[in-house]
Amino acid sequence: MLWVAIGILLKILVVVSIALGTVAYLIYVERKVAAYAQDRVGPNRAGKELGIPFGLLQPLADGAKMVLKEDVIPGYVSRPLYMLAPVIAIVAAMIGFAVVPFGPVGPPKQIMDFQIAPNINIGILYVFAIGSLAVYGIILAGWASNNKYAFIGALRSSAQLISYEIPLGMSILGIVLIAGSLDLNQIVNWQDRRVWGVFVQPIGFLLFLVSAFAETNRLPFDLPESEQELVGGYHTEYSAMKFGMFFLGEYLNVITVSYLTVILFFGGWDLPFVLDQNQTGFISAVFKVMVLLFKVALMILFIMWVRWTLPRFRYDQLMDLAWKSLIPLALVNLVATAAIVQLIYSSR
Amino acid sequence: MRADDPKLMRIEPPKLTLAERFFLPQIAEGLGVTGRHVVGVAFQKKAITVQYPEEQHVPSPNYRGVHRLNKDEHDRIKCVACMLCATACPAHCIDIVGATAPASWPDREKYPESFVIDELRCIFCGMCEEACPVEAIELTGLYDLTGLSREQMIFDKTKLLSVFDATKDAEPMKYAAPLSGPAPETKMLPSPLD
Repeated sequence: MLWVAIGILLKILVVVSIALGTVAYLIYVERKVAAYAQDRVGPNRAGKELGIPFGLLQPLADGAKMVLKEDVIPGYVSRPLYMLAPVIAIVAAMIGFAVVPFGPVGPPKQIMDFQIAPNINIGILYVFAIGSLAVYGIILAGWASNNKYAFIGALRSSAQLISYEIPLGMSILGIVLIAGSLDLNQIVNWQDRRVWGVFVQPIGFLLFLVSAFAETNRLPFDLPESEQELVGGYHTEYSAMKFGMFFLGEYLNVITVSYLTVILFFGGWDLPFVLDQNQTGFISAVFKVMVLLFKVALMILFIMWVRWTLPRFRYDQLMDLAWKSLIPLALVNLVATAAIVQLIYSSR
Repeated sequence: MRADDPKLMRIEPPKLTLAERFFLPQIAEGLGVTGRHVVGVAFQKKAITVQYPEEQHVPSPNYRGVHRLNKDEHDRIKCVACMLCATACPAHCIDIVGATAPASWPDREKYPESFVIDELRCIFCGMCEEACPVEAIELTGLYDLTGLSREQMIFDKTKLLSVFDATKDAEPMKYAAPLSGPAPETKMLPSPLD
C-alpha cells in the first residue's frame, strides 16, 4: 500500500513537472507561430552564445524574467483574494489533468497505467467540473483587483463560461452515448474497436471544438483578456509570477482540452490497423504514448493557428453563437444520436 | 437631405448564403492564408524582417533619417542662411545664426556662422529639405541615431557636415545643380568650416 502511494506520488510529480516544462515550451511555440503568421522570425537569440539554435533557451529566459520581476501589489486590492486567485487558476488547471489518460490504461495487469487516477468511471464529468472551477480564479482576480477593466473581464469570463459549459457538455454526450461510458479509457477503447469519434459525431466534434476554445479563453473567444479594450482584463493588476501563474493555467487548460479532443474524437492513442487495445507490452505502450502525444501536439498547433487567423468576437456575437446556434445544434445532435442509439444501435 | 429624396440610395448588406452563414468555409479560407504565411516563413525563408545587428536594413531612397548639410564642389557649405528651413520647421528644432559671407565667396551674401539641429526635437518630416532653395539640407538614410546624453543629440554645423562626408558616397545629393556664379579664386578658406 505504501509503495502504491509512493508510486502515485512519483507519477504526479513526473506528470506535473513535464506539464509545466511543456507549458514553458508551448509559450515559445506560440511566439514562433505568432511570428511566422506575421512574416517575422520570432525569438531566435537566447542560447546563441551556448551554441543552442533557434533561441531554444527562450522559455528559460522568459521564466527567469517572470520570477525576477518586481511583484507589484497595488494598495487598493483586496489582498487575501488577490493572492488566492492565481493559485486557484493554476491548481484548477492542474488537477483537471488527473483523470486524463496520457497513454494506454488497460486491463489491471498493465506494468503502468498512464493516468494519474486510472479507471475512474466518471472521468469526463470530473474534468468538466474542474474546468468550471477555473472561472473562480478569474472572477476572484477581477473582483479583488478593484479595477474596472479587471472586473469587466471577470464578468465576461463568467458569462462566457456559463454559456459555453452547456454546448460543451452536450456536445460530448453523443459520443458518451455511443461508447456507453463516461470513462475516457472506455471511450478510447470503443473508438479503437470501431471508428474515431469524429466520424460518428462530426457535429459533436465541431461543437466541442468551438466551446473548448471558449472554455480556455483562447482567441477568438478571449474576451476576458481582450488586450485592446480591457488592457489585459482580469490580470491587468497582476505582475511577475502571479501573472505568470495565470499564464501557466491558461496553457495547462490548452493542453487538457487538446488531450480531451484527441481522446474523445481522434481515437486517443489509437492508430488504425497498427495499434489496438489488446497489445499490452511495454514497447506498444510507449508507442501509444508517442502517438497520443503527436496528436495532441497537432491539436495544440491548430489552436495556435486559429488564434492568428480569427479576430475576436464581439460580446453579443459571442452570446448569440452560444445560445442561438450552439445549444440548439447540440440539442438536435443529442436527440438524434440518442434516437439512433436506442432504435438501431442497441437492437443489433 | 430629406428622407424621400429621390437621389437617396438604400444600400442593403449583401445577403449571405447558407454556407457563409455557417462561417466555416470562410474560416477554412482564413486558416489557409495564415497557414501559407507560417509555412512560407518556417520553410521557405520568406520572413520580411532583418536580423538587425548582423544584417543592415537598407532604407528606401526617400527615407527621412538624420540630416546633413551639403557641401558644394569647392568644399564650402551650400547653405546661404536664408532661414527658410528654420521657418518651415514645425518642431522649431533648427537654430541658424547667419553672418555676412567672406568677400572671397562672390556667389552669396550670407553663410551660416552656426547651424544647430536638435535631433531630439526633430520629427523627421522633411519640410526643411523641401523648403531649402539651394539644396543645402537633406535627410539621409541613417536611421540608427543614438546618443548617451541630450547634449550629444544636438548636432552643430561640424557634425552635420561630417554626416555629409560620411554619406555622400552612398547617397549622392538629390539635386546636383551647382550654385550659379563664379567659383572662388583660391581653394583656401576652410575658415567657415572651422
